[in-house]
Amino acid sequence: MSMRPRDKRMSLEEVVGQLESGMTIGIGGWGSRRKPMALIRAILRSDLTDLTIVSWGGPDVGLLARAGRIRKLVYAFVSLDSIPLEPHFQAARQNGTMPEVVELDEGMFQTGLRAAAQRLPFLPTRAGLGSDVMANNPWLRTIESPYEGPEGRETLVAMPALELDAALLHLNRADSHGNATYLGPDPYFDDLFAMAAARTYVSVEQVVDTAGLTVDTPVQRLLLSRMLVHGVVEAPGGAHFTSCTPDYERDERFQRTYAEAAKDDGAWAAFEARFLAGDEAAYQAAVRELGDE
Amino acid sequence: MSDVTRSEVVATAIADCWAQDGEIFASPMGLLPTLGARLAKMTSNPDLVISDGESLFLAAPPPLGSSTGVVEGWIPFAKVFDVVANGPRHVMMGATQIDRAGNQNISAIGPFAQPKRQLLGSRGAPGNTVNNRTSYWVPKHSTRVFVEQVDVVSGVGRARAEAAGTAATRFHDLHRVVTDLGVLDFQGTGGALRLISTHPGVEVEDVRAATGFDLETADDITTTREPTDTELMAIREVLDPRRLREREVPS
Repeated sequence: MSMRPRDKRMSLEEVVGQLESGMTIGIGGWGSRRKPMALIRAILRSDLTDLTIVSWGGPDVGLLARAGRIRKLVYAFVSLDSIPLEPHFQAARQNGTMPEVVELDEGMFQTGLRAAAQRLPFLPTRAGLGSDVMANNPWLRTIESPYEGPEGRETLVAMPALELDAALLHLNRADSHGNATYLGPDPYFDDLFAMAAARTYVSVEQVVDTAGLTVDTPVQRLLLSRMLVHGVVEAPGGAHFTSCTPDYERDERFQRTYAEAAKDDGAWAAFEARFLAGDEAAYQAAVRELGDE
Repeated sequence: MSDVTRSEVVATAIADCWAQDGEIFASPMGLLPTLGARLAKMTSNPDLVISDGESLFLAAPPPLGSSTGVVEGWIPFAKVFDVVANGPRHVMMGATQIDRAGNQNISAIGPFAQPKRQLLGSRGAPGNTVNNRTSYWVPKHSTRVFVEQVDVVSGVGRARAEAAGTAATRFHDLHRVVTDLGVLDFQGTGGALRLISTHPGVEVEDVRAATGFDLETADDITTTREPTDTELMAIREVLDPRRLREREVPS
């Protein structure tokens, strides 16, 4: 009889095999920071399409938009941070190739995830009132407070739950059961994504044994409990080219190459052929080769 | 000290936005707002709380381009949003467009359904404007930025807030717009933009010509003050010895 919880390690392809076209997928990280890029690249190699993507958008959104996999995008921004505007997202919006977008305020986005995490249909928020977020999403409703306040009964935005079929995250370390630590400056909202999702898959730089998670790391860095995690993938470099501090910073040179290639169909075809045509190992090898140039 | 540059006048005008705020979180977006917030912290308002722009509260303002120093707190994005909702924060955002009524746009140019130019997205602008004191920084005052009506309302002006009800007006507090030409507030008719000072060497007519609507002006319109010697020393010797400010506001 083993008292060890189950081993949830799987491959990138096995994760993607558990996803389906038409699903609503939340993607962790923020902008061009700690994005589960190896999992995104695995989706690009699959037939998954017609996705609803919920993301603090960065190149995850850019790559999926460019590949035509997004039916509906829920976002408050899409940015590469050091390059303010995400070129594929911009092109998809300007060319009208994304069928539906839901642009929210950041606070609304967080409130929607919180509602889903708490299994509530909605939560009230002040954010969004008076802005065109309400006009551009006419299905959003307001709700009058049942309580008398200092200025009467306030009418607030009733932010609906952003329920996710799956969440994809990338953290620094995990054990094989799904307990996972972030070692960088900010947890972002990865725990919230995990709670808002029916299934959560986390890729990590390194899988260690459970004791190893806290041997040289404060327990407060354990962001995810295995209760929330359905699959663990060891994917070193799995956030590349976004940052995964302290394992590595953003690969600014690669990001510039990516953004430049996005501007022109021929250059993008060459970028795809060089970096995205093979599996994850081939990608990492091509990145190393670029670094050697 | 002599030879005060436009960027130095701008930095002090921005710092003045936070001078009376007391012990709140200054959230500057962009280079000159960051310089201004750090200058306020060093001079007019030592109680101000500043961050490295990533996840740390810093006890002392570092020079531009650096984000190191004594740490006095942790402010990851989730906690930033807590502060936004809780209130003690004055944000200075950029504005791709800003209109007479004080609405700001950082979302998209042209029709939202299929924009001519997609920008960042609304980010936190809607929530900032109904929760926190809000100012704006416009590095190039022009008729492209100052428009009759913005294409997408991200940051909410007074009239739009009033139309949305008391939940939107309760903490709504638009403060200033600082540009390379002057300083505006929102005390015009019905919360409209109003010019309150022009920078040294700039005429009111210059600002009007660079504004895409009929701009109200304050009765007691002044010339934006020049930095004191202490402020100039702080800018030149401590906060921006590499003169990064000149890149955003050339002399």
